[in-house]
Amino acid sequence: MKYLSEYRDPELVQQYLSEIKATVTQPWTIMEVCGGQTHSLVKNGILELLPKEITMVHGPGCPVCVTPIHIIDKAVYLAEEKGVILCSFGDMLRIPGSEKSLLEAKANGADVRILYSPLEAVNIAKQNPDKEVVFFAVGFETTAPANALSVLHAKRQGVSNYSILASHVLVPPAIEALMSDPETVVQGFLAAGHVCTIMGLEEYETLPNKFNVPIVVTGFEPVDLLQGILMTVKQLEKGEHKLENQYTRMVKPNGNPDAQNMIHEVFTTKNRVWRGIGEIPMSGYEVRDDLKAFDANIKFDVQLEDTPEFAGCISGEIMKGLKKPMQCAHFGKECNPSNPLGAPMVSSEGACAAYFHFHQSHSEELV
Amino acid sequence: MCLAIPGKIKEINDVPNMGRMAKVQFGGIVKEASIEPLPAAKVGDYVLVHVGVAISIVDEEEAQKTFQYLREAGELDELEPESMNQIDTES
Repeated sequence: MKYLSEYRDPELVQQYLSEIKATVTQPWTIMEVCGGQTHSLVKNGILELLPKEITMVHGPGCPVCVTPIHIIDKAVYLAEEKGVILCSFGDMLRIPGSEKSLLEAKANGADVRILYSPLEAVNIAKQNPDKEVVFFAVGFETTAPANALSVLHAKRQGVSNYSILASHVLVPPAIEALMSDPETVVQGFLAAGHVCTIMGLEEYETLPNKFNVPIVVTGFEPVDLLQGILMTVKQLEKGEHKLENQYTRMVKPNGNPDAQNMIHEVFTTKNRVWRGIGEIPMSGYEVRDDLKAFDANIKFDVQLEDTPEFAGCISGEIMKGLKKPMQCAHFGKECNPSNPLGAPMVSSEGACAAYFHFHQSHSEELV
Repeated sequence: MCLAIPGKIKEINDVPNMGRMAKVQFGGIVKEASIEPLPAAKVGDYVLVHVGVAISIVDEEEAQKTFQYLREAGELDELEPESMNQIDTES
């Protein structure tokens, strides 16, 4: 496919690898922020191909992984309410809540549906006027315009039985939180290309100077990732720290202003708790007050007690880059994709699931 | 989650209350997507689609840069003093 397969060219991959090997002279730790990048790095075997000086650590950019357990519980509660159709992206269904997952609720008879797009949920609401349709709207900035657009479609069409349970998180506050942690090991970032496709580069411009880290906005294909790593390593070797854009075919400096307007029309920025990490100031979106008729939190006013995470899960340390999945005592044993104890083992973009699926045979090298 | 795939716009329709919708071809598959965030998108453009919404028009000129990056890096190296002789010989 055009604009996809040419960025998987093995010869170009080799050329980039050779250039990285020729450039690197000392150990560097680089974090890819986005779970899609983690998945691509692991699936394509890039971690083994990189020179040993380069350690990639896997950031918190998997929205499925950072959605707090009490929001999962809320989604399960709504799904089990009479007359509710609960819709979401497929990955959300298997995340363990404190008692059960959405998939288990579905098995018990709840009407839970997996959708490709939130826009489909508005159609389901139109077709089922006697039901309440709730879309469990998770995601980073990339997904926010689509979730916002579903609310705008419902509003314009007068669909009053549609609402969203929003659990939206933002990348720049997470980078700030990671770099403000005195334990941080991260020396450079590959920023998430599709997040920046929406938001542009502006909100990242001050970060490299503030934290002395190179930030390279990077795509998702093997050649993109290797070019992003090369650009980061070149900066590190020269002692530079600036913002660069590898993914220029998709990311314009000002992002997509029309998509940003949609986000601001529907959402407002608030503090947000990240599973495994804790609360990060101004790091998430909630539905604006003037659209509260479309906010499932307000429409259903569910009050549930906060429940603790599974104590043995080290997902927070993994997402901060402090540990690798195999350093967890439960990895691949009682915690596996069929029976995940923590969220990063659920989504294919979670670091634990990616390592489990593609990396088992090499696990010892990577500890 | 942030997976987005480039596809080619085959057809655009204005749908009441839903804005501009497009049929977008990804290899052998055609799917419907909203192109409301891309007012300039037209039939024949390649757009990046994420969960049913097109979020960027692919920039053809920029798309070539990843292939040129190493070559350009090499050319810059040739401007270093030790390689000037080689350039002189070639010219």
